[in-house]
Amino acid sequence: MIGLTHYLAVSAALFVMGVFGIFLNRRNIIIILMALELILLAVNINLVAFSAFLHQVHGQIFAMFVLTVAAGEAAIGLAILVIYFRNRGTVAVDQADLMKG
Amino acid sequence: MNPIFASIAIAGPETVLTLGSLAALMLGTFTGKAENGSRALTVTSLFAVAILALAGFTLLDAPAGMARAFDGLYVADSFSAFLKVIILAASAASVLLALPWLNESGSGRFEYPVLMLLATLGLAIMVSANDLLTLYIGLELAALPSYVLAAFHRQDDRSAEAGLKYFVLGALASGILLYGVTLIYGFSGSTQLDQIAAVVGGQTERSLGLLFGIVFILAGLAFKVSAVPFHMWTPDVYEGAPTPVAAFFSAAPKAAALGLMARVLVVAFPGKVAADWQQILIFISIASMVLGAVAAVAQTNIKRLLAYSSIANIGFALVGLTPGTPAGISALLFYVSVYVAMTLGSFLVVLQLRRPDGSPVETMADFAGLSKTQPRLAAALAIFMFSLAGIPPLLGFWPKFAVFQAAIGSGLIALAIIGFIASVIAAFYYLRLIKIMYFDEPAVAVASEGSAVNGAMIAACALFCSPVGMLAISPLVAATAQAAAALFPA
Repeated sequence: MIGLTHYLAVSAALFVMGVFGIFLNRRNIIIILMALELILLAVNINLVAFSAFLHQVHGQIFAMFVLTVAAGEAAIGLAILVIYFRNRGTVAVDQADLMKG
Repeated sequence: MNPIFASIAIAGPETVLTLGSLAALMLGTFTGKAENGSRALTVTSLFAVAILALAGFTLLDAPAGMARAFDGLYVADSFSAFLKVIILAASAASVLLALPWLNESGSGRFEYPVLMLLATLGLAIMVSANDLLTLYIGLELAALPSYVLAAFHRQDDRSAEAGLKYFVLGALASGILLYGVTLIYGFSGSTQLDQIAAVVGGQTERSLGLLFGIVFILAGLAFKVSAVPFHMWTPDVYEGAPTPVAAFFSAAPKAAALGLMARVLVVAFPGKVAADWQQILIFISIASMVLGAVAAVAQTNIKRLLAYSSIANIGFALVGLTPGTPAGISALLFYVSVYVAMTLGSFLVVLQLRRPDGSPVETMADFAGLSKTQPRLAAALAIFMFSLAGIPPLLGFWPKFAVFQAAIGSGLIALAIIGFIASVIAAFYYLRLIKIMYFDEPAVAVASEGSAVNGAMIAACALFCSPVGMLAISPLVAATAQAAAALFPA
């Protein structure tokens, strides 16, 4: 029987993978955008699992909002990435070091 | 009346800002062709300021006491009204102060005031959020336009990089906050702040899930106020982003995020749980004060210096939040209102100065001998620096005194002592800038850009921060006390 804990475990694993995907990745900013989506996916799994467990609809409504905002966030992220690429000609993470201190 | 109309009437400022930002977009699109960008920018900016003023006027006839709208998702009380006044004023100043810079830099596009209006709408929703869902929507509505604003000078390498860094770290912080929100929802069964408080208050033993939720939410919010250990983006974004945008980031969003933090912690997690989040806040606030003071000593770029100064100031403001008492929240609001004037004033002076070749001033060395070349601007900046350092007769001293008093009143004596030491260290670099301005020989003859509007705003901020501003203390303290009382239902 698959219960709440299983969903929470999957979601926690996805969340950790997302966070590590941002910090351990030195190659490509696109991968960071994918890792961000992974975090939001983990959040949505959590919300829907809790919503089913609590017999409430709140969590699922919340998940709809998260999906919508995630779409807007991805659009803005890609737009900023495009202007960055236009200026620098690269999307490598370790090249983004004009400012330090 | 239909409940939805009643709700819209209660959410007056947000309604005005929503419709106003859509109208501003239309206005900008139809007033200017591509070759006539600056006229569209001026018209749209003035319209945006009018909208912000109108939103402020709707606050005037708000009903006294607490009004709930949209089934308790949104709440309008004197706490949210006080912060909205600060937010709207700071946003209006940030729209106006940008005009000369935008026209000069060649990125004079009318989207700037429109994005500012949308971000302000998000900030206004944040301080009125009474539900984790509204909290998230407000936070994202404020964050998404901010990412674009940071990258607004898109031909510039550093601006694009600032936008990218801000986006990646901001989205990560939102994700962490959201994960905390789901945990709190799952373990309390509600997303509404007062209902969470009821569930939490009824629990006999500490729930680990809720504790994790609080930690994640605090991490996300600490990012938004740029508190240590989530401050890494601040110096880079302030340095890379256009200076008017950095001025905006340092003022209005900080006020809104601190207000949101206060409401979430005080309303949703009072009583027994308060001891748990207090420990986290003590750590965050000490780390911010100390790092903000120590790391700024080594900076040579004025925008990075102001970034570290804002980190340190957030630490001081959080000292007021830590006790979680009405006196503490009142001190926090007092601190925020004075801090916004000090930081906007400092950024305005930086914006007003130009090197001989017309480029904006960047390094501390550019300020050498400013008292001889630009005596009035040097005097204003000296007032802001003395005020930020918390030297007694200036206004900046009093909110610092109030937060430390609130902390000591709740027995957090160690926190207050460390804060006092950090404030002495921080005074070093504020005073060093004053020494550079008044006692060093002028290296380059910096000129004033000469915008009359910005000059008037500098004068107003300087007057407020000078000893004359002490006249404002008693009405301000009365207003903050009333606002703070709204968070503590009798």
